[in-house]
Amino acid sequence: MNTPATAYQSASATALARIDKRRRMLVTPEGIAVPVTIASRGSRLGALVLDFLIIIFSVVAFILLISFVAAGLFEEMAQAAENTISGAAEFLYICLVLFLFLARYGYFLALELGPRGATLGKRAVGIRVAARNGGRLTPEAIVARNLLRDIELFMPVIFMIIAPSGQGGSFAVAGLIWFLTFMLFPFFNKDALRAGDIIAGTWVVEAPRTKLAEAMSTQGAVAAKGKSHITGMRYEFGDEELSVYGEHELQVLERMLREAQPEALAAVHATICRKIGWDPGAGDERAFLEAFYGQLRAKLEGDMRFGVRKADKFS
Amino acid sequence: MSIRPATKVTSWFGRGEVAAPTDIESAALRSDRFRLEREGDWQRLEEIVKRMEGGGLRRVDDEDLLALPTLYRTAASSLSVARETSLDAATLSYLESLVQRAWFQVYGPRKGFFAWFREFLFGGWSRAVREIWLDICIALVVMVAGAVVGWILVARDTDWYYRLVPLGLADTRVPGASREELMSTLATETDAGGLSAFAAGLFSNNAGVCILAFALGFAFGIPSLMLLIHNMAMLGAMLWLFHEAGLITEFSAWLSVHGTTELFGILLSGAAGLHIGRSMAFPGKLSVLDAAQVSGRRAAVVMVGVVLMMVIAALLEAFPRQLVDGHESRFVIGGAFLTFWLAYFFLYRPRRLYAEDAEAER
Repeated sequence: MNTPATAYQSASATALARIDKRRRMLVTPEGIAVPVTIASRGSRLGALVLDFLIIIFSVVAFILLISFVAAGLFEEMAQAAENTISGAAEFLYICLVLFLFLARYGYFLALELGPRGATLGKRAVGIRVAARNGGRLTPEAIVARNLLRDIELFMPVIFMIIAPSGQGGSFAVAGLIWFLTFMLFPFFNKDALRAGDIIAGTWVVEAPRTKLAEAMSTQGAVAAKGKSHITGMRYEFGDEELSVYGEHELQVLERMLREAQPEALAAVHATICRKIGWDPGAGDERAFLEAFYGQLRAKLEGDMRFGVRKADKFS
Repeated sequence: MSIRPATKVTSWFGRGEVAAPTDIESAALRSDRFRLEREGDWQRLEEIVKRMEGGGLRRVDDEDLLALPTLYRTAASSLSVARETSLDAATLSYLESLVQRAWFQVYGPRKGFFAWFREFLFGGWSRAVREIWLDICIALVVMVAGAVVGWILVARDTDWYYRLVPLGLADTRVPGASREELMSTLATETDAGGLSAFAAGLFSNNAGVCILAFALGFAFGIPSLMLLIHNMAMLGAMLWLFHEAGLITEFSAWLSVHGTTELFGILLSGAAGLHIGRSMAFPGKLSVLDAAQVSGRRAAVVMVGVVLMMVIAALLEAFPRQLVDGHESRFVIGGAFLTFWLAYFFLYRPRRLYAEDAEAER
């Protein structure tokens, strides 16, 4: 039966399975195992698009600013190929060339060398650059990966844009093949490395900034040892009722208690009652679920201390 | 995960107060009591890490900075204990993200960009160049061969000139041009107007060629070599042209002002690309990925220097080449720069500033 609860559970299960495939364990020099999750290819693409938009927007804004400040000089500057332009227009031209150079290389370099190891686009998506072998991220690595972004991205795009119109067909196709070969690189290895990552020895990982949620023991019926605020009834579950479910279901239940709507909670309540053979009531679902959660977790953690772990209801 | 209870407005602007801890003994589950006891330390660590992420070390107090490694290890050990004793998914994911963020700060870049750059200029760059000496030799041989090939091809059949040298670059320097026309292209400008713009344009173009030569090393270095041959064949063709008109000394002088720096830069970038390509084709004891990583970082250091050389070459090309007259003075300038680069790369061997960098690079 496709209730909202089962749909929620199966969706989160697939999402968890996909995240598990991207998990890696970094071992720090002191032997602490730090888990990292490789950033998904979609999120890297999103970050790149965002970075591009930021760069293009700032270049356009800069050009507009210059032309606003010095409209006449701007036209003169546009014919900078001639040798007879005034000093001010020349200065403007140099500023523009340097700004374009900085936008192309400096933006990525400066931000990835900073303490957060991520450009603005990457920060928005929540990912960052890290060294693959668990060591320090050196400036040489950042320089290497950014120099290679040139041939992966900027050059084929420029190539395709300025392809001469006569033989436009074959040039554009060649540029497209060049571009696609490098863009599809991350799909051909399991760590989603692009050519720059391989040369520099880095990878892009997720950088979650989770906030600490309230402890479940201090809330609701868990704190009151199974007693509901609303009806005053105390829910107590026996051993055989609690041995139906495993750790996976416990964590799904925790997620639902923290964030789900009352309708979904009612559906879960009905499922659990059916499974353990109780008569489902109505109106007091939250307290029931909190009590069930508290006691199930106490039982599973007690078993865990003795080395007995039950991963989910099928094991 | 659920949102923390609203804090006071003052905490938005200042550091804020840490909220009073809940009554720990009232927590029903043992693992939650464990967490509530340690929550304060974790939150202190999170504060420090957040401030470091915001602006580096300047914003962090001394005592916080000294406490950082201890707090990081405490959090990491809490994480391993929590993994074995707690099933609270929210706490586990929080601890994992906290430990990861703290690790990035504790093991972040030790020096900023400017300290690295200083070290780069005072020994780092020359060291990297010396380490790719074999690729430099190979690239040098290829470049000389390319120039010779260009010369011979054009000597046999002048049509090759048009294939090798693009029209925009050739300008009036084509086979059949008179000696006077060729002389005039070597003449100097009368004033310096427009030259800095010229320099800026040149720099962008040259830097682009060098970076292309480097990045193409990724394909086992073959395209880098082809790029070198192509550029040098162009040079060989023009040398032939001026030789035919009897102006080869003047042309060499005119070229050497910026050419020694620019050709050296192209040589280095081709060598850097070849270095990566060779290490991927012949990784030796390391895996291909590890070999690519080691050589990639070395080559990247060389490339940063090559970009600097291109800036200098562009300035030389725009100003002295156009303003200085007489081939003796031009040869002197060109020779001086060549000597400087050779001495800087092969004779300058200062002691390393940080011994641990030597350890890290091994």
